Amino acid sequence: MLKALERQGVTTVFGHPGGAIMPIYDALYDSPIQHVLVRHEQAGAHAADAYYRASGRVGVCFATSGPGATNLVTGLATAYMDSSAVVAVTGNVPLSLIGTDAFQEADVTGVTLPVTKHNYLVKDVRDLPRILAEAFHIARTGRPGPVLVDVPKDIQQAAFEGDFDVEIDLPGYRPTVVGNARQIRRAAEAIEAAERPVLMVGGGAQVAAEEVEAFTRLTGIPVITTLMGIGAYPGGAPQSLGMPGMHGTVTANRAISHCDLILGAGLRFDDRVTGKLSRFAPNATIVHIDIDPAEISKLVKAHVPVVGDLRDVLPRLTELLGPLDLGDWWAQLDAWKASYPERYKTDKPLVSQEVIALLARETGGDCVVTTEVGQHQMFAARLFPTNRPRTWISSGGLGTMGFGLPAAIGAAFARPGETVVCVAGDGSIQMNIQELATVYKHQLPIVIAITNNGMLGMVRQWQEMFHAQRYSEVYLADSNPDFAKLAEAYGIDGYNVFDRETAAKLVPEVLARKKPALINFVVYESEKVFPMVPAGAGVDEMIIGDQEADEAEGVSA
Amino acid sequence: MSVRRHVMSVTVRDQPGALVRIAALFARRGYNIESLSVAQTHEPGLSRTTFVVTGEDAQVEQMQKQLQKLIDVIKVIDHSEGPYVDRELMLIKVAVRNPDDRVEMRQIAQDFRARIIDVARDALVFEVTGDEAKTDAFIEQMRTFGVLDLIRTGRVALPRTAPRAGAAGGNGTGDDRTASRSRAA
Repeated sequence: MLKALERQGVTTVFGHPGGAIMPIYDALYDSPIQHVLVRHEQAGAHAADAYYRASGRVGVCFATSGPGATNLVTGLATAYMDSSAVVAVTGNVPLSLIGTDAFQEADVTGVTLPVTKHNYLVKDVRDLPRILAEAFHIARTGRPGPVLVDVPKDIQQAAFEGDFDVEIDLPGYRPTVVGNARQIRRAAEAIEAAERPVLMVGGGAQVAAEEVEAFTRLTGIPVITTLMGIGAYPGGAPQSLGMPGMHGTVTANRAISHCDLILGAGLRFDDRVTGKLSRFAPNATIVHIDIDPAEISKLVKAHVPVVGDLRDVLPRLTELLGPLDLGDWWAQLDAWKASYPERYKTDKPLVSQEVIALLARETGGDCVVTTEVGQHQMFAARLFPTNRPRTWISSGGLGTMGFGLPAAIGAAFARPGETVVCVAGDGSIQMNIQELATVYKHQLPIVIAITNNGMLGMVRQWQEMFHAQRYSEVYLADSNPDFAKLAEAYGIDGYNVFDRETAAKLVPEVLARKKPALINFVVYESEKVFPMVPAGAGVDEMIIGDQEADEAEGVSA
Repeated sequence: MSVRRHVMSVTVRDQPGALVRIAALFARRGYNIESLSVAQTHEPGLSRTTFVVTGEDAQVEQMQKQLQKLIDVIKVIDHSEGPYVDRELMLIKVAVRNPDDRVEMRQIAQDFRARIIDVARDALVFEVTGDEAKTDAFIEQMRTFGVLDLIRTGRVALPRTAPRAGAAGGNGTGDDRTASRSRAA
């Protein structure tokens, strides 16, 4: 088993042992593979997911049968939604006991079927090398995704003397990598004919940052990066318009409403990006490049579909194009950018935005950022977008609270030596807080920045705006732990920060130390994320809020 | 967008759980299947599922793509995109309440080319093969006598000719299917 993993180039595994996976853990005892003991299987799955996102190497996690395996489910679902290559290996009860409701038995392939790209129950040890080879192949090729391999205990114990060199034969699985030449030509013609084009890059572009850069440099096209696409194109570059959608920038959303062409690259037009579909880019020709044919015309009808790998398609498209004449379009975009810079009010206590902006300033955006899920995540996406691919790691599709801390662990192992900043809220961080032990144990250079408003802030925001200020079950402040003391209890430097002067002094000091730290920034409780496109509304109906220009104009575009 | 019935075939590897994956996909994405049949093919290790679904073309096309994504699925054919033949098999048990009924029922069976495969004192079991219209009509004819029980296999289908490139919804090339497929009206 472990030999087969070694042959796949696996060096690091995240996991937690238990009865039904003990033979594998026994073998680990003598194996060169490094095992990172997490304190909850869910964290192992998130760490493996982030390991892939940060490095491009398949992330691997182990769990035992029954509760161990079911604890992986949220992690697998997160990886599946965000197309992350994970191989999860679970122990199961011996074959003879499967189906008998044995101790710690669960139908793991059944439970994980809808949240994995594929899964296997190994029934014969002779199949194991083939199944593992297929699992890694399926996980990392085409549209990446998680694959689970469930291994009964007696299979783990069975002697295997066979050949590890196996041919992969999957006649039903042949991802289209090379784009159709005629379609690429049509895409080029559409782009040349456009007067107001935009490029929208998603998570699929994380593998193709160089190709994106070459394309944008030549054409001069404006670039919108979705939450998953952050880092695939530098957030600080002049051609960047920022993030689109529900909490996108005014400029990005206006560009979508006014453009006459969207070149979508490696994205799936999620509802948080598009808002109401009938109001999404009503004047635009949609050119959609994706490796998954099922994403094309699933939600937004593609006028020019191109199925293929961006690393193949984009360079070929670039070859057919030259610099585009976009003077008028850029004049409009620059005017919006100038009217709607990122802004927030600092006439009250410390606010989340300034904490996150401070972290961005002090790191220069050249660190790895992981986030939990909520207001802080949206603030970070806008104020702390990173500049390099595979350095922005956030749960986009599933929106998993509890992702950020274990993801920071996975990223730290994937990119040794780099500082990882985990931007968190006081609600989310408590969903996998036990992983402070793993951070301490490996002395990982992770700075956990909690923007603590004592609230489930995003839910509070919706309650304020859409539920008549009926703040139901969002108040945490009366029972939150003392986060600094909690960190100290785990052996990690912990700080509680209440004012902007202390924050400004402390952040550079902590970052310079390159060791685990937790900073709990106590921030203003009622801050809201703006702009906001209410659920079900069109992107042209965004509420601009704090981002309002001084010379106020209408709320909608 | 036209809503119509599609008869589709899925060729799938005989792997544990392959049928569950197809059924789970239907449930998960909210596709409503009217009939479904599965059996092995002449090629060892491969089974073929035929099912009937009613939906908008775009929805059915999305379903076809989602099916194609399943690792064990080798091939998906939407028969409605070209000429095809289809049949279903029905076994129907009808009450015999008096001897005259028996004579009349035999006559109807002859007209429908149905076979009597079981004869009891108070019931007959017929085997009917054909398209759905025919089996439906046969049921109607038998209602007057009293249908006691029946079972239908659901449709099975084959393309009438070998799929021509770009016409019959074959997806063997794997090369930008979305772009190259031309739909039958």
